[in-house]
Amino acid sequence: MGHELRFLLNDTEIRLTEAGSSDTLLDFLRLNRRLTGTKEGCAEGDCGACTVLVGRLHHGTLHYEPINACIRFLASCHGCHVVTIEHLRGQGGGLHPVQAAMVEHHGSQCGFCTPGFVMALYGLWMQNPRPDMLAVETALQGNLCRCTGYEPIVKAAFAASEAGGQNFDALTVERDRVTAALSAIPRERVEIARGADRAILPADAADLAQVLAENPKATIVAGATDVGLWVTKFLRDISPAVFIGHMQDLKKIEITPGHITLGAGVTYSEFEPFVLAHFPEALDYWRRIGGWQVRNAGTIGGNVANGSPIGETPPLLIALGASLRLRSVEGTRDLAVEDYFIDYGKQDRRPGEFVESITVPLKGEEARIAAYKVSKRHHADITASAAAFHVETDGATIIDARVAFGGMAATPKRARGAEAALRGQPFTAETFEAAAKAVANDFQPLSDWRASAEYRQQLAANFFRRFWLEQSGAEHRLRRVE
Amino acid sequence: MKQDVIVKGAAHTSIIHDSAIKHVTGQADYTDDLMMPEGTLHGYLGLSTVAHGRILSMDLDAVRKAPGVHLVLTAEDIPGVNDISPNGLHDDPVFATPEVQFLGQPIFAVIAETRDLARRACKLARVEYEELPFSLDAIAARDAGLGYVTKPLKLARGDMAEMGTAPRRLEGRLTVGGQEHFYLESQIAFAIPGEDDEVIVNTSTQHPSEVQHMVAHVLDVPSNAVVVNVRRMGGGFGGKESQMNIFCVTAALAAKKLKRAVKIRPDRDDDFQITGKRHDFVIDYRCGYDETGKIHAVDADFYARCGFSADLSGPVTDRALFHADNAYYYPAVELRSHPMKTNTVSNTAFRGFGGPQGVIMAERIVEDIAYALGRDPLEIRKANLYQNGQLTPYHQEVEDQILPRIFEELEASSDYHARRRAVLDWNARGGTIRKGIALTPVKFGISFTATWYNQAGALIHIYSDGSIHLNHGGTEMGQGLNTKVAQVVAEALSVSIDRIKITKTTTEKVPNTSATAASSGSDLNGMAALDACEQLLARLKAFAAEAKQVDPEFVTIGETVRIGDEEIPFQDFINTAYIARVQLSAAGFYKTPKIHWNRDTGCGRPFYYYAYGAACAEVSVDTLTGEYVVERADVLHDVGRSLNPALDKGQVEGAFIQGMGWLTSEELWWDQKGRLRTHAPSTYKIPLASDRPKVFNVALADWSVNRENTIKRSKAVGEPPFMLPISVFQALNMAVASFNGYRENPRIDAPATPERVLMAIERLR
Repeated sequence: MGHELRFLLNDTEIRLTEAGSSDTLLDFLRLNRRLTGTKEGCAEGDCGACTVLVGRLHHGTLHYEPINACIRFLASCHGCHVVTIEHLRGQGGGLHPVQAAMVEHHGSQCGFCTPGFVMALYGLWMQNPRPDMLAVETALQGNLCRCTGYEPIVKAAFAASEAGGQNFDALTVERDRVTAALSAIPRERVEIARGADRAILPADAADLAQVLAENPKATIVAGATDVGLWVTKFLRDISPAVFIGHMQDLKKIEITPGHITLGAGVTYSEFEPFVLAHFPEALDYWRRIGGWQVRNAGTIGGNVANGSPIGETPPLLIALGASLRLRSVEGTRDLAVEDYFIDYGKQDRRPGEFVESITVPLKGEEARIAAYKVSKRHHADITASAAAFHVETDGATIIDARVAFGGMAATPKRARGAEAALRGQPFTAETFEAAAKAVANDFQPLSDWRASAEYRQQLAANFFRRFWLEQSGAEHRLRRVE
Repeated sequence: MKQDVIVKGAAHTSIIHDSAIKHVTGQADYTDDLMMPEGTLHGYLGLSTVAHGRILSMDLDAVRKAPGVHLVLTAEDIPGVNDISPNGLHDDPVFATPEVQFLGQPIFAVIAETRDLARRACKLARVEYEELPFSLDAIAARDAGLGYVTKPLKLARGDMAEMGTAPRRLEGRLTVGGQEHFYLESQIAFAIPGEDDEVIVNTSTQHPSEVQHMVAHVLDVPSNAVVVNVRRMGGGFGGKESQMNIFCVTAALAAKKLKRAVKIRPDRDDDFQITGKRHDFVIDYRCGYDETGKIHAVDADFYARCGFSADLSGPVTDRALFHADNAYYYPAVELRSHPMKTNTVSNTAFRGFGGPQGVIMAERIVEDIAYALGRDPLEIRKANLYQNGQLTPYHQEVEDQILPRIFEELEASSDYHARRRAVLDWNARGGTIRKGIALTPVKFGISFTATWYNQAGALIHIYSDGSIHLNHGGTEMGQGLNTKVAQVVAEALSVSIDRIKITKTTTEKVPNTSATAASSGSDLNGMAALDACEQLLARLKAFAAEAKQVDPEFVTIGETVRIGDEEIPFQDFINTAYIARVQLSAAGFYKTPKIHWNRDTGCGRPFYYYAYGAACAEVSVDTLTGEYVVERADVLHDVGRSLNPALDKGQVEGAFIQGMGWLTSEELWWDQKGRLRTHAPSTYKIPLASDRPKVFNVALADWSVNRENTIKRSKAVGEPPFMLPISVFQALNMAVASFNGYRENPRIDAPATPERVLMAIERLR
């Protein structure tokens, strides 16, 4: 077991023997290292002013992603390469092509959000040298600018793409050295503390089971896109915290005949190509989860385990008939995702257990799938109401239907009444209209700042109408980018 | 003799923002980035937890004993006055006592070793309240008789009998939401104590002089003991015109008591709770008009949620009335403001300063008329546009009307008429996606309505090596003010802008400054800097003429100074002037001419001139969810002769998106206890890149020249374009109106969230 937190920060190797479980990367950068280019705008992962790149080894390959430093815990940076705005430079030391494009297109006004935008654009430039408008807008979902109206920043994204230069970029040139340095950090359990405040990074899943057996009240932290706010907003004590985001065996994605199984540590971004390949109907829905930085950090396992009634993945997983595997030192047990959610804030997870994996049945030939979400703002907003459909037909008759909702009840939940109105009925507009009416009896949603109960009910009904329009090929949906 | 060499960075050129490279490299220092003296402590504010109540007891023992705590401050610790009201009304305490008037009102402060420790210690306070009745919104407050926070205003002109005699009449209520500034850099103050009664406050404010006066007032020291510095802000938008005071006075008070530097920076959620926002309004209006769509009379009551104190609510609600005509002539008019006291945070300045809330009523009335008559709203707009010589409701004559030309050019460039026909055809097909299009104008009055604020100072030093130090009273919040003023100086002295160092704004260099607000920054400070340049030029020319015995007419100052036939590099010439004991420093001053305003009579010329613009927006609405996309927006905006077209275009684009946020996704939502529940970007949704118009054509009316003698004949640009996205709002109404054949204006309230849009559709379906 190690007692040292090790990572690379720009060109510097960091070795810490003392750290608290809830120390954030942002505070470390700004207060300890005086790297003040990274800004705090909201301390909740919603504005992107603190965007940095985090590079980590994934099956031996170094991969960089933009994340929010404000809700990234320092302990979870173990074994990573953290890259801040101060590390950017062009070939020969001047401005990086992304920075030069931002200057040329007047992409900054007050400048406070700018380092975060530059880092997000840098991440895009690195991952996608020839982005289209959809890619640019998707990359900027997690960055707020209050001054420019974004037009010049979008122009800068394309100009940086035109400028190119990826082969000469510092992170390309340094790739082998960084890979070697990160590979040299041993893969063993690490425990680090400041006084009684402890952070534990298990070596692998078996070790995680052991750690949880020893610390049954520990806070499990994966992407920290929710736990981060427990700390930054509610000042909650999360010690002992068990960090699992680095664990390779929780990041496996396996396809077997009929199923896809993903480790609980798989992030939204890591799973996105599989959504595209196997559930393309849900891709737009998927890209509405948080912003890019949040999707790079947040995990599907965490989204489920957390039990929130407004998480995006549970309705989809429930509609698809997914199951999850819980593990502890006692062994494993499987249960349907929908059975995991007992009540608000209450899930079927026993002390010492963790979500190890999620298994999703692949789509059958008769299945029709859809996933819808509505929120006040289209992107990077929390669900007002969301629904996922899995409807099997023989062409004329609905054989089975699973329709699960988020934002409508204390837990993610199926619309049993509406499903019954579909099952065994002809596959027609009238049937879906009947289901739209029936769903009113399935839920008694709340009114809050995201939506009124009345609006949520109307949306729930309209989702059934939308599903029919979609299936019948009618023009029915707004698309921002064709 | 005019120098024909165009200098680098001259006026009217699109140079980059002076800090652009520092922005993109992370090297631009904001207040939180400044080096801290050893031993710097950190403060945090303790807030009330009820909307209205009397503090029965406040037990702060646990707070004092918490780890790392050095000091707890309450109202009793204030040596001067427990007040930071920016208007002399003494209604805005630093720490509320014995009564709290909104949920989130500061009642004490903790100073500790770290920000985290101070924040945690705040949570340990035990405060008992006797809860008192409260009202959260303007109408509830009116009904409960809470009264006004400040004196209301009435504007009247013409014979209101016109209302009775007009052939047609309409009336309605418009509810317009407020808006959080969401400057990306939240409030911050960083105070460093000096000797005797001195203190330096580094902060993020649009109004350093205000901070200076407030700190002096609270500490009971003269203003000359207080220095306030602002290098730059990470956004202001009006939110840092008075709202920084609480943080600055607390930091200064603690710094003096502890003889340690003290920094205070609230978490974003607390910034939302503690600081004021744009006023939301409920507007009851009546209009008499005729079959041609001409307005005969308008009568309206403007109820504003001002919050618990006046702050800037007086001039904000005044400006709502000043702009309740937008661009339209009302032959008879009576407008009344009702600045209602409510048990919410005290609302404040925000880009447009009440103007947008007035403008949107004018646009609602125009649309009501158009729907009632079955006409294109644009025809109604044109029928009612001011003609030069007509009087506004405040009896100012309109003299610079250019909207007819703006309309004509924008109708052509946006292809408005063909696209409106296409939209009507599309909607006639009756699908799930409906469209709307609207073309709306803005006319915005430029000047502070408090006439004495329309003054500015600048200080320019030329050092003996030829480098130039430029300082003025304005503050940089991203708008490019420093760049523009430097351009004015570069051009005036005919030297490269690279010679000019733009320095932080400080109360030590220019005293008694006005807030950088009311779009006035370049108008005022540019002129003051020009005045300083002219003094320097006069001295330098006189010196050169005398030294070389030539007529001053044959002296030109510039990168190359020409004296008769002789040419001397600028820096050599400056050094010669220094040796000859020529004063190389000048303080410039400017006050706006022509303006006057009598609030008691409601008459005057409060505005030096008007800025104009128009926008055409097309939207598509998903009628199953109420979500929408702005398909295209075309803008033609008037900035006179632009000092910097690139920066001005940036202001127009940014204002458009910010205004669109105000009217679409940004919603302030208080629960029944008076707690603001949309208190951070997770819950309060400002536009994203993917919300901007898919096609966004923004042009400046490059033919426009300010008819008044403003700086280089430019016009102010900060606020006027904020109202252009009313076009988006009206286009949304049109898409919804398609559900009943455009027979009635759907009258969606602002913000038109997807929920409001869908519910309006369901109402008309």
